[in-house]
Amino acid sequence: MIVRILGEGQFDLTDADLDWLNELDTAVETAVENGDQAAFETALAALLDAVRSHGALHELDALDPSDLILPPADATIDEVRAILGDEGLIPG
Amino acid sequence: MSMMKRISLIFQSKANKALDRAEDPRETLDYSYQRQLDLLSKVRRGVADVATSRKRIELQVNQLEQQSQKLSDQAQKAISMNREDLAREALTRKSGLTGQITDLKAQHAQLQGEEEKLTLAQQRLQAKVEAFRTRKETIKANYTAAEAQTKIGEAMSGIGEEMGDVGMAIQRAEDKTANMQARAGAIDELIASGALDDASSLNRGDDISRELESMSSQADVEAELAALKGLSQPSQPQAIEGGDILSPEAQKATENREGQA
Repeated sequence: MIVRILGEGQFDLTDADLDWLNELDTAVETAVENGDQAAFETALAALLDAVRSHGALHELDALDPSDLILPPADATIDEVRAILGDEGLIPG
Repeated sequence: MSMMKRISLIFQSKANKALDRAEDPRETLDYSYQRQLDLLSKVRRGVADVATSRKRIELQVNQLEQQSQKLSDQAQKAISMNREDLAREALTRKSGLTGQITDLKAQHAQLQGEEEKLTLAQQRLQAKVEAFRTRKETIKANYTAAEAQTKIGEAMSGIGEEMGDVGMAIQRAEDKTANMQARAGAIDELIASGALDDASSLNRGDDISRELESMSSQADVEAELAALKGLSQPSQPQAIEGGDILSPEAQKATENREGQA
């Protein structure tokens, strides 16, 4: 399974990692829904740290699409909403 | 559906839209490759822009730190001349500068972070563009238009995602840099207007240095006067040693000679 952290690149994780990934992802989503910036920052940092520590960097010259994509480490709630909503943040 | 999955689907649909546009899918390869090269040069420009902003802030920090040091020296000098009011004024200005310097240093650290991120993004994209170029030639040589579709789709979705990611990184860096450049411009204007007194233009000086200079030139005049007066009276050791040798009349003659000299 390939997971991309926007702005950082792709990581290889095993399918077994999906459970706790989903758990941490739910925490981020809940914070976005509640508009709770502090909770969002903590939850996102936990999710990204887990991906970085459990994952290995995917080969740089591979052209594989990711199974999951995560917001950049310094993202705000508004940015995540923009990515999920009108796709305003993703050029072309 | 999870946030992670939704974001990845959004990126994939962007890549697929680009693929649907071309009549012969192999044209998509060349078109996409051209866009990849454009994006690469855009990232390089982005790195250079951020570096320029970072250097500008470094320069400003240096100027403000020089000015801050100058104000410290002025305060010291003012105290030695018993002018607490001037010293207070110098220190007040200095504390204003300290805030600016702290702020600029934080911006500097942020820009440095952006520069590193963009440099890494450039390396990732470079590696993928190179891989894409190789794949593109293979597909064009070995597959008919109909067969190529799937192979192109595979190559496109990976590079499309990277391009979306890098494009976003540049956008974010540009926004941050533009924001900081506006503030850096405001500080440049402040320095130019003399409000912060540009330490690099030494001839101009500011009100505190003018006052200190006029005081010290008064002090210099007094010191010189005192020195002249001191010369007109023989110094004490000579007087003690010479007291027994020279008569008061001879001493007076010596004074006159010195006075004429």
